[in-house]
Parts: sequence; structure tokens; C-alpha cells
Amino acid sequence: MKSLTNRSKVVSNKQMTFWERIYFPAILNGMRITFGHLFRRKATVQYPEATREFSDIYRGKHVLKRDDEGRERCTSCGLCAVACPAEAITMVSAERKPGEEHLYREEKYAAVYEINMLRCIFCGDCEEACPKEAIFLTKELVKSEYQREKFIYGKDELVESPDPAKRVDVSKRQTKEVLEFKKDKRYKHNK
Amino acid sequence: MVTQIIYKTLLASFILVLSLLVAMYSTLIERKVAGWFQDRHGPNRAGPWGLLQPLADGVKLFFKEEFMPGSADKLLYILGPSLTMFVALLTSAVIPWGPDLVINGTAYPMQVADVNIGILFVFAILSIGVYGIMIGGWASNNKYALLGAVRASSQMISYELAMSLSIITIVMMTGSLSMREIVAQQQGFSWNIFYQPLGFLIFLICAFAETNRSPFDLPECETELVGGYHTEYSSMKLGFYLFAEYINMFISGAVMATLFLGGYHFPGLDKLGLSPNVFAFVSFMVLFTKITFFGFIYMWIRWTLPRFRYDQLMKLGWKSLIPLAILNVVITGVVILLNQ
Repeated sequence: MKSLTNRSKVVSNKQMTFWERIYFPAILNGMRITFGHLFRRKATVQYPEATREFSDIYRGKHVLKRDDEGRERCTSCGLCAVACPAEAITMVSAERKPGEEHLYREEKYAAVYEINMLRCIFCGDCEEACPKEAIFLTKELVKSEYQREKFIYGKDELVESPDPAKRVDVSKRQTKEVLEFKKDKRYKHNK
Repeated sequence: MVTQIIYKTLLASFILVLSLLVAMYSTLIERKVAGWFQDRHGPNRAGPWGLLQPLADGVKLFFKEEFMPGSADKLLYILGPSLTMFVALLTSAVIPWGPDLVINGTAYPMQVADVNIGILFVFAILSIGVYGIMIGGWASNNKYALLGAVRASSQMISYELAMSLSIITIVMMTGSLSMREIVAQQQGFSWNIFYQPLGFLIFLICAFAETNRSPFDLPECETELVGGYHTEYSSMKLGFYLFAEYINMFISGAVMATLFLGGYHFPGLDKLGLSPNVFAFVSFMVLFTKITFFGFIYMWIRWTLPRFRYDQLMKLGWKSLIPLAILNVVITGVVILLNQ
């Protein structure tokens, strides 16, 4: 019968030759192979002393960016929450009061912004959906916790510090091509 | 006479401590070597290069709960590991560790007991060795332990035959059963391995089987029998079993080095004109290096070959090794006759 997949193999039950039956050549060959491994480079990353190298565009913990004047960029439009396939993002909007112009960039802001890090699949769709360049994924990892509740990160953990020295650098994620690409969201699937 | 007794006691305690120390660090080296063979580092967190790892393991074993199954035979259950350990340490008595030490003009042999039937003693002790495993496996009253013990006994009995037969050729060539005599005849580079390569190979394979090392570790066989004969053991009793395995490795390496690799002899070493005590020390180090070499081979094989199936094990023992060993005896006999 003709095979459908071309992957089938004829099973061979041939008798082993004398040379194969005494096993010693095979054993010596095996020992040669294992001996070669003694001097190979070790695959281990010695964790606390050394860390694995991360790509600049690694998708780790999120950050909510501030603008150059230290105002929160997020306007609580909810596009990230809509884009999120895991439904990990929730937020509560609030209106900016007079006198808060130094805190929030636009008239509307997120009073509560929560990401459930247990739900999040770190796909980066929130970053792509954001029209205000407010949310980015970073190289940082989400730390392990003992309680599930602690994995719901609020604004206290997500918003970056207003201190210019402690700002999170996302310039590597915003190359010219990325910015150009982000301009026209209609064709993003062609990328 | 008194000095002789003191000297022998000192030597015996030195060898005891040495075997224990070597066994202790063999566990670390085994894990290190296993790591290297698998492109890993092996234990390196306890102390520099993991040197404190054996201590940590020992402390852990001591603090583990001492568990004994309710249905176990208490006396035999305790006797098992004790016997294994006792027997493992006993063989070192007849091994000549080096040439004579000279203190105050008197020669002191570096051998605890120069029994004139040294080889027979080694084999007698080896065959008692299986009792520790058998008793332990039987006394646990557990089917896995019992299966492991049954496997151990049949394996050891099968391989002892071929082992003894391969040694007979050495005895025929040397004309003596004394270990000291056998080493003395391998002066320089006339090691027995060059005259008896087949005998050495058979002995090596049987030594793997006798020490229950992979690929002959069927008595333990964690994939089939949980832990084999020591399934029901915990704490330091388990430690004794595991420890005895490493002592056995060390001692069998010493026996192989003594019988086949010229013991403490190394070509050209006796012509350097060293003072007797320095010479004895260097010779001892030579022997120790040879033993280390065998230890490495044990580990190398363990991390290369998979375990034998039971029928393959029996087939290899009875259908290949024993006929080969008998053939070796016949050939050696004919050659000796022709040379007379």
C-alpha cells in the first residue's frame, strides 16, 4: 500500500553482526562521546551571580510612563484593556481637577490601574494598542509572591518614578521603524 | 612486638579513615563528574567548589527520621547495613599499600595483614558482602526490597564465578596467593595487565557487577524497584548502604590496581634513589593515583551506559564471561607449560 505521508520506515529485524554483538566498539564509542562532554562549555547560568542576557525588547513587567515634565501619560482610554487577550487589565477613570495639571497630562486620567500578573500573558498587545505611548513592557521580571492577591499590580508598582534618574528607558522599543509602524494601525497586520 | 602492634593499629586506623574520607569525597566527585558529563557544573554552592557538600549530606542523613517498618525483623534490619559496611571495610586489610617503611632501622610493611592466602581472603569477604544486601532486603518485608535483594544475590553469585576464574590465571603466573607476592612480581613495568588483558577485562566487568555499579545496578534499579534493597531504609542506615558502595568502589579499585596494574610500582621509580620513607610515600601516591583512575572509570561508565536487562545480565555472565574466563585459564596453562 502506498504511504500517505512518506514518513513511514521499513522495520529492519536484521541479525547483529559479531562485531556489533560483542558491544565493545559501541561502548568505547559511547565513552568517547561522554568524555568529549567533560570539556564542553557548561550550559548552566549561575543565577544569583550571573543572569541570562535579556533582549532589549524583552516583554516583562509593565511600566506606565510619564512624560518629560513628569506627568502621567495614561488617559484611561481603555484601549489596552480591550486589546488584552487575557483580560488582565482593569482601570477606573477620573477627571483631572484644576491644580492637578502637573500630575496628569490630559483632562482624564486613571485613578486606579491594575494589571493581574497571573492573568497576563506578556504578549505586548497593550503596548501596541496604546495611543498615548503610556504603557510599555520592560526587561524587568515579575517577582514571585506567596499570595495571589499580591500579583495584582496597582499604580504604585506600575507608574514609573517622577525622578528623572529613575526613569525607565524604553527608547530601544521605540525605534524609528516602530514609531512609523505605530502611526498606521490599520496595516499593522501586514507587518 | 609492642611497637609492631602499635604500628599495625595506627596503619589500620589510617586506612580506615582514608577509606571513609575517600568514600565521602567520592560522593561529591561522582556528582561533579556526572555534572560535567552532562554539561553542568555539579554541586558548587556548599563551600568552594562544593567541598563541604559531603558534610552537608552527612549532616542531613544524620538528622533524618530513623524509620523502621512495623513488619520488619528488627535484628536483621539493623544487621543488614552494619554487615555491608563492615565487610566493605574489611578487604583493605590485605592490600599492600606501599613498600616497607623504615623507622629506627626496622622495616615496617605497609600492609595490615600479609595473609599468605590474600586473594582467597578478598574473595571470601566479597562473597559475604552480598549477605548485607540480602539480609537488608529480606528484613524490610517489602516486595521491592526483596526483589532487589534476590537480584543482588543471583547477580553477585553469577559474577563471582567469572571473577574467580579470571584471577586463577594470575595465581597460575605468580605461583602465590599472597597479595604482597603478586605485587612484588610486577616490579617495574611487567604489570599483569600486559600478560592477561582478557583476564583484566573480565575482572573489570565482574568488579562492576560485584559493586552493584551501573550498568549492573539492577539491585537498586530506581526505575523498577523504587530503591531496590534499601527502599525501606532511611537516615544513617541508608547512608551506610550508599557509603559502603563507595568504599567498595575504592577497595575494588585498589584490588584491581594491585592485581593487574602493578600495585604501587611505577617504572623507573625505584631507580631514582629516594630515601626509603620518601620512596614508600611516593609509591603509595602511585597506587592512590591508580585507584583514582579506576574510580573515574567507574563513574565514566555509569554516566555512559544504560542499565542491563535482567536476562542480558545473566546471559553475559554465564554465556560469555565464564566460558571466556575458562578459555583464558586454558590458554595461560598451555603457555606456561610450553615455557617450562
